Amino acid sequence: MVRRRSRAPGYRAQQWAAWAFLLPLVAYLLAFYAYPLYRNLDLSLRDYTVRSFVRGGAPFTGLANYRRIVDDPTFVPALTHTVVFTLASLVFQFGFGLALAVFFHQHFRLSATLRALFLVPWLLPLIVSASTWSWMLNSEAGVVNTVVRAAGGDPVNWLTSPGWSLVSVTVANVWIGIPFNLVLLYSGLQGISPQLYEAAALDGAGGWQRFWRLTLPLLRPVSAITLLLGLVYTLKVLDVIWIMTRGGPADSSTTFATWSYQLGFGSLLPRFGPGAAVGNLLIVAALAFGLVYIRLQRRQQGAA
Amino acid sequence: MRRRRAWWKTGTGLVLTALMLFPVYWMVNVSFTRDQDMRRTPPNWFPVHGTLEGYRAVLDQQLPYLGTSLLVSLGTVALTLAIAAPAGYSLARLRPAGGGALSFLLLVAQMIPGIIMAMGFYAIYLTLGVLNTVGGLIVGDATIAVPFGVLVFHAFMSGIPAEITQAATVDGAGPVRAFWSVVLPVSRNATITVSLFAFLWAWSDFVFASTLDGGGRLRPITLGIYQYIGNNNQQWNAIMATAAVASVPAAALLVVAQRSIAAGVSAGAVKD
Repeated sequence: MVRRRSRAPGYRAQQWAAWAFLLPLVAYLLAFYAYPLYRNLDLSLRDYTVRSFVRGGAPFTGLANYRRIVDDPTFVPALTHTVVFTLASLVFQFGFGLALAVFFHQHFRLSATLRALFLVPWLLPLIVSASTWSWMLNSEAGVVNTVVRAAGGDPVNWLTSPGWSLVSVTVANVWIGIPFNLVLLYSGLQGISPQLYEAAALDGAGGWQRFWRLTLPLLRPVSAITLLLGLVYTLKVLDVIWIMTRGGPADSSTTFATWSYQLGFGSLLPRFGPGAAVGNLLIVAALAFGLVYIRLQRRQQGAA
Repeated sequence: MRRRRAWWKTGTGLVLTALMLFPVYWMVNVSFTRDQDMRRTPPNWFPVHGTLEGYRAVLDQQLPYLGTSLLVSLGTVALTLAIAAPAGYSLARLRPAGGGALSFLLLVAQMIPGIIMAMGFYAIYLTLGVLNTVGGLIVGDATIAVPFGVLVFHAFMSGIPAEITQAATVDGAGPVRAFWSVVLPVSRNATITVSLFAFLWAWSDFVFASTLDGGGRLRPITLGIYQYIGNNNQQWNAIMATAAVASVPAAALLVVAQRSIAAGVSAGAVKD
């Protein structure tokens, strides 16, 4: 208490300085985060036409847009696809990422270089990856169907048949997501003390046993964070799906993100109200998982 | 025995990397393929009759898009650094009351899907009449990088030894001088990391570009590719050549970032 009073004048000056340095950030957050989000909420609560979108004066309709999208025939497929796309992406990205992280953790010749090369798919612009996959999966001339034919199978309409389009965009998204999982899980492995492995080896534990009994439990905190971050990022995925299939054919690869984009910008007659409403549902989902992530991270920092 | 196992692992690693990078190879291969070979079955696995047609199309049609992308990306880097570096300094060294809540908000901000931001931005820009402007796109793209930038600067500047800034304060430097001539130069690695990612994210952005900058003359390269695909002109060598050119910054980043990460690691080792 005494100490605090003695530094009170200095404290106040420091607070002024601190917030002066934060001023650009606060102004930016208010103008370019809070205000767009507010406008988006406003869009979802009014009945906008193209005319009233430009001139203003759209009537307030409460939750009508939300009711409209829930009753829309696209709602259930979009929800199912979002869940399937997200879960499948997470499972495979994480599985491959973990296997590769364990593999690269063995430090062989060239391992550092090859691990760096694995980052390439993550760093490429999404539109580049998506258009490359589009061409590889092309029904007639795609290289994937060439391999399928060579293996004696029948060519598949990867992007143009409703049964395969969601699988195809998921494959492309897994490919993009593997490096991210690899990097985080590899850094997690580096945090495990080598002495533990030596002790386990002395006790006669084999490779598999060491993986299941040692690596996996010790990696649990990093795994949880990797999965949650992956979840939040996968929910947002728009570019990949939109460029490969535009959510089609017949909504067979539509997720909430592409549906929202489709409603707002994908046609000549934009429907901003419902588009914003779909987007806000997505925000709620992303934030719910995001808060779980933040809680988890805080708890781990507290434990460390 | 041990040596042979190590080579076996390197071999497996090479095969896995080749599989992973096959789509990238394929992009390059197709970019050199002649139009008449494009629909051959089976396709040419190597660009045996290589052509530069695709790259000629890039030079003829895509240069303005590349220029816009460069401008937008550099602008995004500048704006991100201008906002994030002082904020990170304040949060790390000046202990603002409410700083914890602000950091929390930044974490939350990172979770918001781009399409939702884009829709709000579109409504605002339409009213202000700044759709299809480079400045407008820079402000939009910076929303991807600013929260990340603040978090990186915050973490890095928290690690700078207190003696360094104390020495400056004893010499009579105020917080501004301490920031500008002591903390910022020491934070070179954080600055590089933030700049690289801000650049790459702005360069790769499609959502903001297509919503806020879809109609004007000044469009970035992601829209150049998108338009190619949308036209359905099936000039896949030109599309893939554009894609390959658009990937150059990512490849360069990988080389540069590898080095700056290594520099950061060794700097940390010296400090400990």
